[in-house]
Amino acid sequence: MLCDICGKNPATVHLTEIIDNQMNELHLCEQCAHQKSLQMEQQFGLSELLGGLVEFEKPTKGKEDAVSIKCANCGLTYADFKKIGRLGCGECYSTFKKYLGPLLKKIHGSILHFGKSPFRVVRVLDKRGDLQALRNQLQKAIETESFEEAARIRDKIKELERKQSQNGAHPG
Amino acid sequence: MKLNDLVNHSSEWLKGSGPNSDIVISSRIRLARNLDKIPFPHWANKKQSEGVLNAITEAAGKVDYLKSTATFNLADLDSVDKQFLIERHLMSYEHGQRANHKAVIIDNEEILAIMINEEDHIRMQVMQSGFNLFEAWNIIDKIDDCLAKELNFAFLADWGYLTACPTNTGTGMRGSAMLHLPALVMTTQISRVLAAISKLSFTTRGLYGEGTQATGNFFQVSNQVSLGHSEGDIIENINGLIRRIIEQESQAREMMLSRNRAVLEDRINRSFGILKSAHIITSQETIELLSMVRLGCDLGMIKDLDRRTINELFIITQPAHLQKIENKKLSSQERDVKRAELIRSRLKI
Repeated sequence: MLCDICGKNPATVHLTEIIDNQMNELHLCEQCAHQKSLQMEQQFGLSELLGGLVEFEKPTKGKEDAVSIKCANCGLTYADFKKIGRLGCGECYSTFKKYLGPLLKKIHGSILHFGKSPFRVVRVLDKRGDLQALRNQLQKAIETESFEEAARIRDKIKELERKQSQNGAHPG
Repeated sequence: MKLNDLVNHSSEWLKGSGPNSDIVISSRIRLARNLDKIPFPHWANKKQSEGVLNAITEAAGKVDYLKSTATFNLADLDSVDKQFLIERHLMSYEHGQRANHKAVIIDNEEILAIMINEEDHIRMQVMQSGFNLFEAWNIIDKIDDCLAKELNFAFLADWGYLTACPTNTGTGMRGSAMLHLPALVMTTQISRVLAAISKLSFTTRGLYGEGTQATGNFFQVSNQVSLGHSEGDIIENINGLIRRIIEQESQAREMMLSRNRAVLEDRINRSFGILKSAHIITSQETIELLSMVRLGCDLGMIKDLDRRTINELFIITQPAHLQKIENKKLSSQERDVKRAELIRSRLKI
């Protein structure tokens, strides 16, 4: 039997390839098989990478995947964080967001900040924006079934609305 | 201001006045802040740490509220200097370790202290005498706003200020009060009170913060949770808890006065007597006896002695303070002699 690719040398490597559920048999000579394997290695590498990204989107899939995530800004891995208990930089919070959320919830009983912000000037000028942000937070809390949180946000919204209507009734 | 100028200076928070200052020695608000995108101190390289130190000191130089301050670079301080600052509650023990690219900014009245490159890039605190957390918050809030105009802080809308340890995330705020609770200790009710405090998500620590033991009937109560509540709400919660502890301590004091007045008077005056006449005394014994004398002052059993003098004695009888006052290194035995001498001279009536 001659090689399926070059058609010159005798086929010594017999390969079964499955692409999109289509089975394909290949009979290759040594030289062509080597070429093909390099190609496949590249393909495999890419799919593994994509697989990794998928894992990244689904934090529920097992903890081994989490530990290898690395902060692009400072290089700290989740494994480092687990070992030293300190994050590497502010960007780590975004990098590890899906894993830190439950942790913050455990520590503080909440995952929503209600305190001041460094952009206070903007915030004071835009009370309506505040109200909208709170409504978004309320929606999020309901979606994640954090009902205590939701009740608290609801009260905040009521308070803000009350203040706004008072301001409206007594301008100045 | 030089470090040695502090030796003869009395911190504002020791003045022994302010609301409920018979039970609440001092109130303190601390904020943690970090620069956006720069690795936190434990993860930063030398160049980054140096950059942080320069950026923050430069920013502080532009803030009007920080005009009357001095910056101490920790690399320039020896071990006694560092211990001296810790004893004055102007920096943490942790800050004194591995001192490269670290500094502390202190104002002339010692109300404010800003540690640079401690666990976070910025750890700032404001201390007030007595039960006064909101006043401390008002001051630190303004300074924080000014610094935020000069520096980009690491912040996420959902999670607030981002800190090296997730236990500080959110407001980055810790409010605490130093309480003197001798009657609750003597009537053995303190363990019940401490258990209740921890159930309510607050922590208690000793005189020198995290990991230190409570001595001389002093307890530092602070919030544990920093995310999910506004600064004002957190302070209101601590205030509520402290008001209840004050109530309990007051009741315990009254109960001891009505049931065991003679025993109490004996113990307080014996303590006063030892302090006035001892020639060798350890710092541990000093704190315990001073605690009794302070109680005697609060109850009107000891007259002609003000709270400020007692508060100051707690600090200046500490090891590094004695060495600063004497301006030389002293062994532990030498310190016990000098300490007794200093106390006798201050308590001469």
